[in-house]
Amino acid sequence: MRVVIAEDSVLLREGLTQILTRFGHDVTAVGDADALHDAVRADPPGIVVTDVRMPPGFRDEGLRAALSLRAEHPSLPVLVLSQYVEQSYAADLLETGGGIGYLLKDRVGDVTDFVTALHDVATGGTVIDPQVVRSLLARRRTPLERLTPREREVLTLMAEGRSNGAIARDLVVSEAAVIKHVGSIFTKLDLHVTPDDHRRVLAVLTLLRGT
Amino acid sequence: MSTDTPTLWRAMGRNPVRFVFSSWPWRAFAYVVTGPVVALAWLAAVSVVLVVGLALTPVVVGLVVLACLPLTALPLAAVERNRLRWIDPRPAPSSHSAPERPGLQAWMRFRLREPMTWREFGYALLTAVLGVVDVVVPFTVIVGSTLQLAAPDLVRRGDQLAYGPGRTVDEPAEAWLAAGAGLLVLLAGLYLITALAGARAALARALLVRDAERELIEVRAARVRLADAFEAERRRIERDLHDGAQQRLTALIMTLGLARLDHPSPLLDRAHTEAKEALEELRDLVHGIHPPVLTDRGLGVAVEALAERSVIPVDVDIEVGRLPEAIESAAYFVVAEGLANVAKHSGASRARVTVRPGLVVEVQDDGSGGAEPGTGVRGLADRVAVHDGTVRLSSPAGGPTVLRVEIPCAS
Repeated sequence: MRVVIAEDSVLLREGLTQILTRFGHDVTAVGDADALHDAVRADPPGIVVTDVRMPPGFRDEGLRAALSLRAEHPSLPVLVLSQYVEQSYAADLLETGGGIGYLLKDRVGDVTDFVTALHDVATGGTVIDPQVVRSLLARRRTPLERLTPREREVLTLMAEGRSNGAIARDLVVSEAAVIKHVGSIFTKLDLHVTPDDHRRVLAVLTLLRGT
Repeated sequence: MSTDTPTLWRAMGRNPVRFVFSSWPWRAFAYVVTGPVVALAWLAAVSVVLVVGLALTPVVVGLVVLACLPLTALPLAAVERNRLRWIDPRPAPSSHSAPERPGLQAWMRFRLREPMTWREFGYALLTAVLGVVDVVVPFTVIVGSTLQLAAPDLVRRGDQLAYGPGRTVDEPAEAWLAAGAGLLVLLAGLYLITALAGARAALARALLVRDAERELIEVRAARVRLADAFEAERRRIERDLHDGAQQRLTALIMTLGLARLDHPSPLLDRAHTEAKEALEELRDLVHGIHPPVLTDRGLGVAVEALAERSVIPVDVDIEVGRLPEAIESAAYFVVAEGLANVAKHSGASRARVTVRPGLVVEVQDDGSGGAEPGTGVRGLADRVAVHDGTVRLSSPAGGPTVLRVEIPCAS
């Protein structure tokens, strides 16, 4: 399989290349997000493995590159590696669909597990670091409990059949703020945009079921 | 300059009868007329220094004497600060600092380098020039008013008062009119002299007196700069660890992983596990120094991540976007410390973090209360105080405990 690696540290780039070559993969390694884009455009690989923090800003360039690559090529498998994992990053990646992975860099050291994970992602699977999953499970909260008190107020008013404008007047906030809360409610209740569902009704139903 | 109006100006705004019979006109008069005396004494001293300096110029000593010319302003400034008290009750401290080293030479060098000395020298030059006004104004007022007030007496004795060629007063009626005009000149003169004194005092205060308020602002700005530098340093350390030790350890873990494939051995397994544990510890350390997610995604996401890591359930309600980095960092560590305390001491089953624009951060729990501000909270208070913020801890017995932090900032 052809793999494109984006990693700015020479040390880790070589380590990754060595491991993947050993398992018979054809590796192209680049050092930043722009080069990653170019490499994918030139010849779409079987999977992209990218670091999060890369030049020029050394912030989340790699993650943003992963997201934009997914937007351009929705079926391109991407495995994101990072020195630390954050749930919010995982959520962003998961929203782009299957064939996605998000792992701590040291998982690469468990070579066989890592290569298995790489194959899973390449074949459309989803691999999320156990640390992220642990923190998700640790919350063990029902979707309703994830709402902030303000979001709960908004949802209650939604259940009374009020429009966003009316809710904004009731709570003495801007309508934009209400729209933000509503969006956040949909996210926390796992209500995604689908052509067949009315999310506002589904959110209210969740409230009524009390789960 | 201090913002409150000096008493002198307020006195002038009062009832004119009360003003005229108060001590203010006399104080102002004394202040104005003694000014030129001080200036003259200074000019005499300057002349001596100049003459001696120029005479000795062929010898190097002369140049040294000339270089010390600005120092002549020091005693003048000291006298001026004292005189200022006659009409301005506010304290008038000098802003000279104590010399760094003992000895006359060190003292002279130190004073010559001080900006205050040069301000005082400038004031001395100004005062020498303005001395003319200080003489002319009172003189005109006194002569103008007394001559006219004396007009009736002059006329009675057969004399006359001349205002100029061809304009004389020799009739008694005219003389009384002139006396009336003289009284008006005297009254106006009193106001004029007092205003002059007020203006001269304001000048003296601006140039000669230490401005505590301005210094306070400068000190505050310096503290904020220091805090910002500290913040930048934390980020630099975080990045150095990320680029250095963290990368090397990760590479080591990869290499050990490959080695285990080729030569499986319990020792390699142990080395692999230990390296992973070391990296784990390093990661926690880096996170404590400056969490990368705070830089990447801001306070909201970083606080949510903190809440996720917390052992007890935490409700998070954040209504702010991106803020200046130093403020975000201060607010973040407030929440981190607050949640750590909740987990350690309160016996709470639930906590709540709210962040509102303004910026107001609150960490509240449903625990048993009775929390005392520990070193952690005091450290937070210091950190927050740099940005003019306040930390309040309310923890009545029986709870709830609320840690409330306010940091003024536009958000």
